[in-house]
Amino acid sequence: MSDRDNMLARIREALSVAAPLPGHDHATARETPVLSDIADQRRVLPAVGQSFDEQLALFRANATELRADFRLLNGVEALAAELNGLRVAEGWQRAASHSGDLTGAACRALGLPVLLTDQAFDKRELAACDVGVTGCDALVAQTGSVLVTSRSSGGRALSVLPPHHVVLARRAQLVPDLPAAFALLKAKYGGGYPSMISFITGPSRTGDIERILVLGAHGPKKLTILCL
Amino acid sequence: MSTPAAQFNQDARRLSADLRHRQTIQTAMGKYEVARDQRKVAFQDWQAARQMAAETKWEAVNHLDRHLEQFVRNIEARGAKVHWAGTDQQARDLILGILREKNARVIVKSKAMTSEEIHLNEAMEHAGYEVVESDLGEFIVQLREEPPYHIVFPAMHLTRDEIKDVFQRKLGDAPSNNPEELTMVARRVLREKYLQADVGITGANFAIAETGMLSITENEGNARLTAALPRTMITLVGIEKVLPRLDDLALFLPMLSAMGTGQTLSCYNTLYGGPRQPGETDGPEEYHVVLLDNHRTALLADAEQRDSLHCIRCGACLNVCPIFRNVGGHTYGTTYCGPIGAVITPNLRGLDDWKHLSYASSLCGACSETCPVKINLHHHLLQNRRNASRQKPSWWQKIAFKAFAPVATRPALWSLVTKMGRLGQKLHGLVKSSRLDPAYAWTKTRDLPPIAQQTFKEWWRTRS
Amino acid sequence: MKVTLFIPCFIDLFYPQVGVAMARILERLGHTVVCPEGPACCGQPAFNTGYWDESREVAIKVLESLQGAEVVVIASGSCGAMMKVFYPELFAGTKHEAMARELAPKCYEFSAFLVNKLGVTDLGARFPHKVTFHDGCHGLRELNNKRPPRELMAKVRGLELVEMGAAETCCGFGGTFSAKFPMISTAMGEVKCASALETSAEYIVSCDSSCLMQIQGLIDRQHKPIKTIHLAEILIQQ
Repeated sequence: MSDRDNMLARIREALSVAAPLPGHDHATARETPVLSDIADQRRVLPAVGQSFDEQLALFRANATELRADFRLLNGVEALAAELNGLRVAEGWQRAASHSGDLTGAACRALGLPVLLTDQAFDKRELAACDVGVTGCDALVAQTGSVLVTSRSSGGRALSVLPPHHVVLARRAQLVPDLPAAFALLKAKYGGGYPSMISFITGPSRTGDIERILVLGAHGPKKLTILCL
Repeated sequence: MSTPAAQFNQDARRLSADLRHRQTIQTAMGKYEVARDQRKVAFQDWQAARQMAAETKWEAVNHLDRHLEQFVRNIEARGAKVHWAGTDQQARDLILGILREKNARVIVKSKAMTSEEIHLNEAMEHAGYEVVESDLGEFIVQLREEPPYHIVFPAMHLTRDEIKDVFQRKLGDAPSNNPEELTMVARRVLREKYLQADVGITGANFAIAETGMLSITENEGNARLTAALPRTMITLVGIEKVLPRLDDLALFLPMLSAMGTGQTLSCYNTLYGGPRQPGETDGPEEYHVVLLDNHRTALLADAEQRDSLHCIRCGACLNVCPIFRNVGGHTYGTTYCGPIGAVITPNLRGLDDWKHLSYASSLCGACSETCPVKINLHHHLLQNRRNASRQKPSWWQKIAFKAFAPVATRPALWSLVTKMGRLGQKLHGLVKSSRLDPAYAWTKTRDLPPIAQQTFKEWWRTRS
Repeated sequence: MKVTLFIPCFIDLFYPQVGVAMARILERLGHTVVCPEGPACCGQPAFNTGYWDESREVAIKVLESLQGAEVVVIASGSCGAMMKVFYPELFAGTKHEAMARELAPKCYEFSAFLVNKLGVTDLGARFPHKVTFHDGCHGLRELNNKRPPRELMAKVRGLELVEMGAAETCCGFGGTFSAKFPMISTAMGEVKCASALETSAEYIVSCDSSCLMQIQGLIDRQHKPIKTIHLAEILIQQ
């Protein structure tokens, strides 16, 4: 018998005796658990407003608390001005990004040497970039999170190695909550998932030294979300 | 070589009296409590969420074979290689085998309690590999050559000065004791390691059966980097970490963050479904998943305590436990500390050697009350005590309790013992608080009340 | 109604005034109080130590003496929890299981009985002092007894309640735990006392005399400027 068969056999043997459902006395035990659906989850998770404006406001409030820089822009034209302002303020010399409508426009606007991760690249070159500019799959209002994948956002390292991560999003990408985000992932990638899916909730942080909050532990110290 | 129980007593004695330790932990926990309570209140129905989470985990664990098979099928379909490690030795051998095959030199690790459990770092270092812990807390305790103090906050017990000191000694780089500056030192050192590393090793919080993915929760981004840069990635995960569906994470991720760190969500919650896929330009070329049993199936077979495998390793029970707060994580002398550790360790490592962990509790129940998946922790401590005393009774205790029964149930005997007690207390004054004192365990630090001139039963008798 | 009052061993021996106060309060409210002669202990020490057979020997006598009781009021949270919550577990699969399950709903800790069963919160008591409350773990977590003591204290004339930060933190007694791991027990008691002292209260009040024994023991040894008192001792004062 293989290791696999051995282990599965041990598991089946172990499970031959039933265990009571949690939160229940033996005497009142139900037989089967209730597996929650989206409606159940929405009943218990933190509330999210119904309207787009409420959700946007919630996202903004969360992002602010997380020390992420969230900016609402009126169209691609505003993008250039915003990015150049950042370039000057932050002193960016080299950028990294991936191809896409918004990222393409962003890179052109920045006018900096850009490392594109669409082809094979040298990770040390990526490490030397000041900023990583990516798209995203969604913005999650409930948690203030940015949803990225290795397919939509230039791979695994782009959104985490450069010290500043700039996310380009559209208003329509705002989803209310985590249940909605997972539904989106299933709908978009159900046929074939990317190898990495990540919810980014604020810039990198640690509290490991005396529980004092420090940003930029390993991942980006700064997270800027530009939402058109 | 002292026994685990004797070592526990020694360390507990020392740390319970250490007022500086007490203050450090109280302060850390105080901050955590405020944040945690805010998160719980934000939930529309925290108690209902606990019940949902508990039932989801019941489904996962009680149909573990089915969910595990589905998980493996799905992740193998994307090119991951799954290994089944029945024991800690097998897990170590499997991982060392992969390192040999890949001609690895530098290994970078993100936090994995399972790797502590199987003593993986020691094995890898012994085999000549350079191993770097990338989580800041783990990095710090690795430099100090000590085990993690807490499953979520490995360096909770250290002050900034102690951290500055070890950075100075081991890295030669410690500009000040400022937490931000110290963190930046670690960032610089580790950044280079991520880029050098041939192999990245991670743990996992959840294994999603429906889609064949490993879910990793972190704040620093070190696991993200460990999973992005090295050419080979290995995830070591306990078999009990399975969740049935992708959607289950919508509930579990916020609950884990709320209870683990008092956050709405931790900074990075990431799903890994395989090695680099066609069309992707980075990520590991090979992805190995090592499924770890190491006595978990023994715990699975105990229907009474099976739910201890529902644990999501949030650490909330440690944080509320007054024993943990007073003796600290190292005193437990084993990988999993706090209430969950006290419950599972005797079952995973031997009842006779480790039952003292289940006895070192006042059974206050704060752990069960706080557990997000409703594990009946303090009842399991009672069950461990029952099992231990059946397996190897302490004869003097058995006799004492047996002798107590008639005394406690026959009025004449109780009355006699009351009178003898009064006499005994008069004599007790002679030996009180000295080594001859039979009640020394109490009277060393506390006064005993006198038996009343007229007990309640005596008074009640005068009325009728 | 006919109230069966169960007085645990440590109240009988060390704090009879607590039992006396409870009996008098119940009689003043017009109820008949009976106290079973036989059992002096609920069996918790052996149960908690893992000697369930030996615990059952004591607990069976309790079950037998309480059979047919209309309602059982227990003078402590920890014994109340033992009888209400743990007896069914102790007797599961034995011939006494049914008796244990029958007893459970009839059991009340004293303050819970007054408030939840009798609907009484005002006993006309007077206690013009500043106090803080210690929630005994069993009463709090097994019996959900957070509110009743506070509702009762709210009606005591002159009483000022200041909650301590560590009100719900275990005092460190835990029965045999206090003797098996005295250093940890003492540390826990010290944390409790320190939290109480921060409130500047004159008294630490609780519904559990075993907890108060631990706390008072430390107060006496360390000469702390605070006293302990059981809630019943307050409620009897006019």
